[in-house]
Amino acid sequence: MNTAVDRTGREAGTPYQGPLLDVRDLHVEFVTRDGVARAVNGVNYSVRAGETLAVLGESGSGKSVTAQAVMGILDMPPARIPRGEIRFRGRDMLKMGKDERRRIRGRKIAMIFQDALSALNPVLSVGFQLGEMFRAHHGVSRAEARTKAVELMERVRIPAAKERVNDYPHQFSGGMRQRIMIAMALALEPDLIIADEPTTALDVTVQAQVMDLLAELQAEYNMGLILITHDLGVVADVADKIAVMYAGRIVETAPVHELYARPAHPYTRGLLDSIPRLDQKGQELYAIKGLPPNLLRIPPGCAFNPRCPRAQDVCRAEVPELFPVAEDDGTPLEGRRSACFFWKETLHDR
Amino acid sequence: MPDIHDEDSFEPHPKPGISRLDYAGEQGMAVEQETLVEPDVAKREEARSLWGDAWRDLRRRPIFLLSVVLILLLVVMAVFPWAFTDANPRKADLVHDYLRRPDWTDFFGAGWFGYDAQGRSIYARVVYGARASITVGIFVTAAVTVLGGLTGMVAGYYGRAVDAVISRVVDIFFGIPLLLGALVLLNAFTTRTVWTVVLALAVLGWTQIARVMRGAVLTVKQSDYVVAGRALGAGTGRLMFRHILPNAVAPVIVVATIALGGYIATEATLSFLGIGLQDPTISWGIDISSAQKVIRTAPYVLFFPAAALSATVLAFIMMGDAVRDALDPKLR
Amino acid sequence: MGSYVLRRVLQMIPVFFGTTLLIFVMVYTLPGDPVTALFGEKAADPAVVASIKHKYFLDQPLWKQYLHYMGNLFQGDFGTSFTGRPVSDIMAGAFPVTIRLALLAFVFEMILGLALGMLSGLRRGSVQDTLVLVLTLMVISIPVFVLAYIAQTVFATNLGWVTPTVQDSYDLSQLVLPAVVLGSLSLAYVARLTRTSIGENLRADYMRTAVAKGLPRRTIVLRHLLRNSLIPVITFLGTDLGALMGGAIVTEGIFNVQGIGNVLYRAINTKEGPTVVGIVTVLVIIYLVASLLVDLLYAVLDPRIRYA
Repeated sequence: MNTAVDRTGREAGTPYQGPLLDVRDLHVEFVTRDGVARAVNGVNYSVRAGETLAVLGESGSGKSVTAQAVMGILDMPPARIPRGEIRFRGRDMLKMGKDERRRIRGRKIAMIFQDALSALNPVLSVGFQLGEMFRAHHGVSRAEARTKAVELMERVRIPAAKERVNDYPHQFSGGMRQRIMIAMALALEPDLIIADEPTTALDVTVQAQVMDLLAELQAEYNMGLILITHDLGVVADVADKIAVMYAGRIVETAPVHELYARPAHPYTRGLLDSIPRLDQKGQELYAIKGLPPNLLRIPPGCAFNPRCPRAQDVCRAEVPELFPVAEDDGTPLEGRRSACFFWKETLHDR
Repeated sequence: MPDIHDEDSFEPHPKPGISRLDYAGEQGMAVEQETLVEPDVAKREEARSLWGDAWRDLRRRPIFLLSVVLILLLVVMAVFPWAFTDANPRKADLVHDYLRRPDWTDFFGAGWFGYDAQGRSIYARVVYGARASITVGIFVTAAVTVLGGLTGMVAGYYGRAVDAVISRVVDIFFGIPLLLGALVLLNAFTTRTVWTVVLALAVLGWTQIARVMRGAVLTVKQSDYVVAGRALGAGTGRLMFRHILPNAVAPVIVVATIALGGYIATEATLSFLGIGLQDPTISWGIDISSAQKVIRTAPYVLFFPAAALSATVLAFIMMGDAVRDALDPKLR
Repeated sequence: MGSYVLRRVLQMIPVFFGTTLLIFVMVYTLPGDPVTALFGEKAADPAVVASIKHKYFLDQPLWKQYLHYMGNLFQGDFGTSFTGRPVSDIMAGAFPVTIRLALLAFVFEMILGLALGMLSGLRRGSVQDTLVLVLTLMVISIPVFVLAYIAQTVFATNLGWVTPTVQDSYDLSQLVLPAVVLGSLSLAYVARLTRTSIGENLRADYMRTAVAKGLPRRTIVLRHLLRNSLIPVITFLGTDLGALMGGAIVTEGIFNVQGIGNVLYRAINTKEGPTVVGIVTVLVIIYLVASLLVDLLYAVLDPRIRYA
């Protein structure tokens, strides 16, 4: 049924085998009055159908900007993409025409935003905003769109969906609003969903429900999911693999449990150590010293070096590539990479 | 004015999160939020005040600098008009100078802009006319800022019944258009000076500032530092003037600056209608009014006071615009 | 919604009485005796003055005068002018003219103001944006009576398209130029407000959502951006209709339009108390009804108000 994508696939008949999304050497810059802020500096990642990639990092690490570049919703200018590829089912979306790009948005790749209250249009009913997806992409009638909207609301388990379809965003609770956002993203059963801090604005008790719902629906539709978060707890439950970002670069990638057990980058190590643990009650909580870098003046060498307990001269001189991580005996650890010259030593830290 | 510091974040600041228990029984904890730097706001990493920020921004705006220079010139002109011309603005010469055309060679001289229907130097009258306009503008603005600022502060701070009563009074005054009300008020005085006009405009004009101030106070009142101040037992006066006022004053200043130009225009309109300033006060409005009789034959009699008036109003509005843009980056 | 309307109507009542009382006080208690003024330079016969004062209740305390006036007002009686003509008669001749003038000005400022505002708001920093900004700034700075002279000079004296002053105030085509002058200031405000509002909403999160939904640009702009951006503009436009009628005093004077502004100006000059109070009362009523309608419209447009 996916006519638009069949055309974008290599040849008709041979199903596309590669990853759903493949980001290669992506660079994003913002032109500000004070100079050029390098928000993303050569990011590579890929997501397969049914797979969940968690992108972890502080604000300003470039995780959201990368996602917005994938989604094609960066304001350009001030943003610009000087280099890189964003391949969706093998085709570079950066080379597509505006209209082709638009038809992928919402239909093939959908996004869930952090703050549903501001992300939903305050003056349109939720039913209208949900139905708009079907009207814009499938050209269905207003009445049909409304029926579909009710179905979607039921799908994300909003109670009394039929009665509430004409309500406005501000009339819903935070959790319900985020469900509506999820419903909107799911509307056209996209191949890939990008969730940007989907639970951060919610109460702790509601976070779990929303996360579970998202994970469940992802499994059901076999979608790829990019989960952007700064919350290590959210990641652990649902992600298959993690990419940790710092100053616009990926500094470490690993399958989720391995990253937790044995981080191979001092930054990841610091993040994990700054989590309060019950067995260390009473001890002083670890904090990474210093501040994240100013993106207008990223330090030379490894961007983390001014804050790194391991920093040597080489770290200040050279930008480390993403080294493959292996055991001491040389057996490679699959899917593990670290942008640290001293990944081996870091791996052994405990 | 909504929150000023957050406007271009790509990642809205969430509540500092305490996450749920994860699978291993360990507790997940949000990465510390306060230390984060946004790509686009990275330039704000140094702690800077709103005013410092605004000032840095203003200094870089040519429009702001231009308007400031113009306003300073006008103020100097209002205080020391004789420094700009030797001519007597009231000296009429119906024999020699009656409606003489502008003489560009008479640079800064009495005949530079020509002579009006009574043979008075238009240049001198333009220079001396600045005093009435600037006085009215500045004093009306000062009066309405104090009057409206106080009532708005009281209404916003006390809320409830006090607010309801003040708000209705404000509504009542707001229902009367400034020009209309001023016409009725001023008509009661047979002799009117600059101060009569100031009084009339102040009495009728304070409501705008009161509304703005009330709104600003209502917003600021809810902020954490005011709540904290209250919890720590700060007195009413201290809360109002130390905690609330400095944070609510920005929109008031913006509105007041822009309104200043409006008051100058209103004074000129009233004088033009013959119900504002009177001879011997020199006012651009009066001069424009008397120029209408000779507009066909001697348009320059109307042009110069009209240009001076427009430039003055423009200067204040441009300055107000620039200040608003600097104080509220959202509107950029 | 119902309680919101009721609350607004209830709030209007004290404002109506307050404003009319304020006007009443300003007209009747300030120095300057209207009856003596009626006789001009001639010394008036005290007996005649007293009888006139009695006839117009001017010998009563102010509050009695006011109550009497309000009592009559609710029976549709605006009182009698000092010349003996019913005030409602005077207004009946002039109001239709001013209403036409104001409506014409309103249509002009709305259509052109919105168009200019969108033009500049959607393309910030472009040539047309700068042009609109400079143009509106000029219009705001040039006082309306100067603008009226410029219009007169250009369109009547130089181009000869129209007569400098209006010959027949009931001829709509002759009212076009005065209406353009009258509406120009508000036009500049509408354009700037629209521009600012669009600028603010362009940055709103929901706009990013709309793009992420893959909606066509036209839908995003018309349905999401404009719908939200126009709310403050409509609020301004609503209250402006009343302001236009009050502001007609200068424009009508210069263009010799026989409307309410002209009548009012003459009445103020001759201290025609009943006429001034009558006209201003009607203007206040128009203003109040307009703001009520605006608030209701606001509630229709913004559900956050409706359900607050």
